[in-house]
Formats: sequence, structure tokens, C-alpha cells
Amino acid sequence: MNDGAFRIDRHRFAVEHFSSRLHWRHGLWLALAFFGSFVLAHAQSDTQRIPSAIGTLFIWLPFILKGFGLNLLMSFIAMACATVLGVGLGLLQISHSRWVSLPAWFITHLFRNSPWLVILFMVMFLVPFEMQVPGLGIVRLPDWVKATFAFSLPVMANISEILRGAVNSIPKGQWESAESLAFTRAQTLRWIILPQCIRRAIPPWMNWYALLALATPMASVLGVREAVGNAQAAMEAAGARPEFLLPFYLFLLCLFFAYIYPIALWTRKLERKYVVAN
Amino acid sequence: MSLQTKSKSPAGADWTADQPIVSLCDVHKSYGSVEVLKGISLDVRKGEVICIIGPSGSGKSTLIRCINGLNDIQKGSIKVEGQEVNDPKLDLLTLRKKVGIVFQQYNLFPHKTALDNVMMAPVLVLKEPKKEVEERARALIAKVRLQGKENAYPGELSGGQQQRVAIARSLAMRPDVMLFDEVTAALDPETVKEVLLTIRELASEGMTCILVTHEMGFAREVADHVYFTDQGVIVEHGPPRQFFTKASDPRTRQFLSQIL
Ligand SMILES: Nc1ncnc2c1ncn2[C@@H]1O[C@H](COP(=O)(O)OP(=O)(O)O)[C@@H](O)[C@H]1O
Ligand SMILES: [Mg+2]
Repeated sequence: MNDGAFRIDRHRFAVEHFSSRLHWRHGLWLALAFFGSFVLAHAQSDTQRIPSAIGTLFIWLPFILKGFGLNLLMSFIAMACATVLGVGLGLLQISHSRWVSLPAWFITHLFRNSPWLVILFMVMFLVPFEMQVPGLGIVRLPDWVKATFAFSLPVMANISEILRGAVNSIPKGQWESAESLAFTRAQTLRWIILPQCIRRAIPPWMNWYALLALATPMASVLGVREAVGNAQAAMEAAGARPEFLLPFYLFLLCLFFAYIYPIALWTRKLERKYVVAN
Repeated sequence: MSLQTKSKSPAGADWTADQPIVSLCDVHKSYGSVEVLKGISLDVRKGEVICIIGPSGSGKSTLIRCINGLNDIQKGSIKVEGQEVNDPKLDLLTLRKKVGIVFQQYNLFPHKTALDNVMMAPVLVLKEPKKEVEERARALIAKVRLQGKENAYPGELSGGQQQRVAIARSLAMRPDVMLFDEVTAALDPETVKEVLLTIRELASEGMTCILVTHEMGFAREVADHVYFTDQGVIVEHGPPRQFFTKASDPRTRQFLSQIL
């Protein structure tokens, strides 16, 4: 019981902590640094002869943004899988049968406490790149699909834990009054407990989405053509000039910041609303 | 499923209304190694109102929760309409349709309106037609004097109003026996009255009620029989007139002198 409440608090803390570090000023600083780095890169290069950093970036922009599209796609699919699997795993975790709850507990803690990169490599090597699907013949699994699956595993484990904590944070009186009204355990969960959990679980769920989206560039180490990998390829193609590193990476930073920051703000707002409502 | 229910009913089928509707015999209940109920026996007849009083921690809540199977017992027998509650093969649905309980902390479902709170169990558990249930639920809400509050959420209601919704919610299952566990203990003095009024009406309509209460004036007025418990045993019991004036046990006297 207490453990569950504690976990919720910890999630809340994580969310508060994460989002309180973000501020609109930070975006401004990033943008300033971004443009400053162009000036720097421009000054360092022999003008006229070689294209400037901003010119190169502009040429490669569609390529990088296309990669960012894949980051977003991976984050959406991974989050959807993680939510379905995580809720299922969380429900198994709170089962009264030891034979069900113990394996679920083990899986949850295994994936919660492993480095995402290790999970990514494991999935890459354990999941075959071709699969025999009945009715479809041999289906080739692209690397980005495997990476997406890999990212969904740690988030699944954390959602499982969010669900367990949220269920345990519902007062015992709710279970009792449902029981005395002849609700079965499944009916109680479905109609009384889980609907009350959703509000509490949404902010930590969004927080995990933000972390997931920020983790997707990890797939570039496996050659998945997402934003960071594409930016690196673009720099390579433009002559691998070291003065391009800063502007390119700062651009990536701005890109992700512009996407994640509103989510973080929104999470914090919901979080506050929940605290007030209680 | 239906076969099972049918084969079960003969167990309580020989019960007739002139026998006790609730009958406890030598009930023992322990939490771990701590024995909380040490041999409780009492009978309640149909339409009777009994009050259980006693110091905090004497096992009143535990006793009342055993009657609808929320707590199991280690020894003894509890029968509701002739059906043994302590039977592992008991169909809990049948029992809980017969016995309603209202708790001190109301325990309304906060994400549902007052009307939905009352309708949920009949619709979802008993699978009764929604229209019929809604009609009944509205009538029950009117009965507990909360017309106009049908669409209010529990958070928007006062303690006394919430408690009356909780009573209506229990009544929606059409129970034969109502259990009340210190239902006014968490309320402001002004709202206690309206809840007691509701219970008094129920009692006068012939509902069998088992009340745990600290409202001695109320017990004196509505109870047919008063039981005083201390440390897991019934110390003394009797009709209120006799109980409140001629208590013989020193523990009862001391308790009454503290509370009156
Ligand atoms: N779930 C429980 N686990 C262990 N002990 C309990 C539990 N519920 C109640 N008790 C103990 O049983 C005793 C009787 O409690 P209770 O029935 O709530 O008394 P009352 O309602 O008369 O105040 C108390 O000593 C209490 O600490
Ligand atoms: Mg009590």
C-alpha cells in the first residue's frame, strides 16, 4: 500500500523535477546558441569558397526533418505498444495469484532497471530480421521496427509500475463498498478502480512519452535513418568539417526541444490540476 | 450458473419469516493471533432494529462486517435467512443482495454522480434494465431527501448528503437487512440529524437494521434491542428502556456514564 503511494509520489517528483528544469528562457538560450554557432562556423571557414554552415544545413534540412518524422513515428508506435503491454503487465502484477503476479513483477523490474541501449542491442540480435507470417509469407522486419519494439519494453515496464501504484493508491474503502455491492474483483477493477486511476496516471504516462521520444535517436547506432543519424550523414557528405558539429547538433537540440517542451509544460499543468483536485 | 444457484437455495429454503433473519452463534474471529471476537451470539428477527454499542476497538465493526462476509470467521456460525455465511461454497452474490452495508466513511465512488452511484450495482451486477433501475434510483434519492442532487458528484456534497446517497446506493439492491457501521460518526452535528431521520424512516417501514452507533438518544428511541460489547464479547443486552436505566454490569455503567 505505502509502497504504491510512494511510487506515485516519486513519479510526481520526477515529473515536477523534469519539467521545472524546462523554461521558455532555455529555448531562447538554445536558439541564441544555435545562431551564434553559425556566426562562429562562418568566421572559421574561408568565406566564399566553401558553403557556410547555415547553407549546408538548409540544403540538408528536408533530409534531417524526414529523419525526425521517423523519430516521431517510432515514439508513437512504441508508446502505443508500451501502453497496451504495460497496462496488461500491470494488471498481471496485481493479480492475487502468485503464479501470475511473480513473473509479471519480474518482467517489470527486469525492464525497468536495464539500460535502454542494452535492451536495444538485445532485441536487435534476438529478433530475427525476417519472419514467417502465416498468410503473408516471409516478412522482412526493418531495423526501425525492431528498435521501436525495443524502446517500448522499458516504457512498458514503467507503465506497469505506474498502474500498480495507481491501483494501490485507491483507498481500500472503494474495494470494500464495491465488494459489499456484490461486484466481483474484475468488475470492481473495470468500473470503479481503473477509471479513478486514469487521472492519476496520465501525467507520469506523458512524462514517459517525453523520455521515450528523447531516446529514439539511440536507434541511429544501428543505422536507423532518424534525425540524428541523418544529420551525421549530412555532415559527412558536406565534407565532415568539424566547425559544422556545433550548429548541426544545436539544431537537433532545438528540434527536440520544440517538440518535447510543450509536452512537458502540459504535463506539469495536468500534474498541478491533479494536486489541486485532491 | 443458474443450476448452481438453484441447487444452493434449498440450504436456506426451510427458513421462514418467524425465525431469526440473522442469527449468530458463538462467533470467533481473529486477526492473526489476536482474537477480536470471542464468542458472539445474537439473533435478529425480521423487522427488528438492534443497536450495538461499546468502546472503540471492542470489535463492533468486525462483527458487522462478518455478517455480510467482508470478514471471514474462524469458529461459530452466522446465518442470514437460514443460509450459512461462513460456508466456502456460499454464493456471495445471493448474500450481498440480501444484506446491505453503509460505512462510516461513505465510500461513494467519486468519479460517478449520485444517481450513477445508486444505479451502478443493479445495472452492472444484477444486470437489470437501465430504465427500470433509473426510475428506482431516482425514487430512492428522493426518499433520502436529495432531489435535485442526482447529477452532483460526491465531492460536491456534504458529508451528510454523501452518507444518504450511500444509504440509497445500498437500498437499490433491495436488501432484506441493512447494516450501519457508525454512519454518523464522521459527520457534523447538523447533518447527523438528517441521516438519523432517514434511518428512522427505514426502521419504521419495517427494514431489519443492525446499527453500530454512539448516538445513545437515537438508540434508545429506535432500537428494539441494545447490545453492549467490550473486548470481543457481549457484556450485556436488553430492550433499551431496561438497558439504559437498569444496566447491571459495571463496565456497561462506566461506558454509559462516559457517553451520556
Ligand atoms: N484488518 C485488521 N487487521 C488487524 N487487526 C484489525 C483489523 N481490523 C481491526 N483490527 C483490530 O480489531 C480490533 C477491533 O476492531 P474494530 O472491529 O474496528 O472495533 P470497533 O469497530 O469496535 O472500534 C481492534 O483492536 C483493531 O485494532
Ligand atoms: Mg468501528
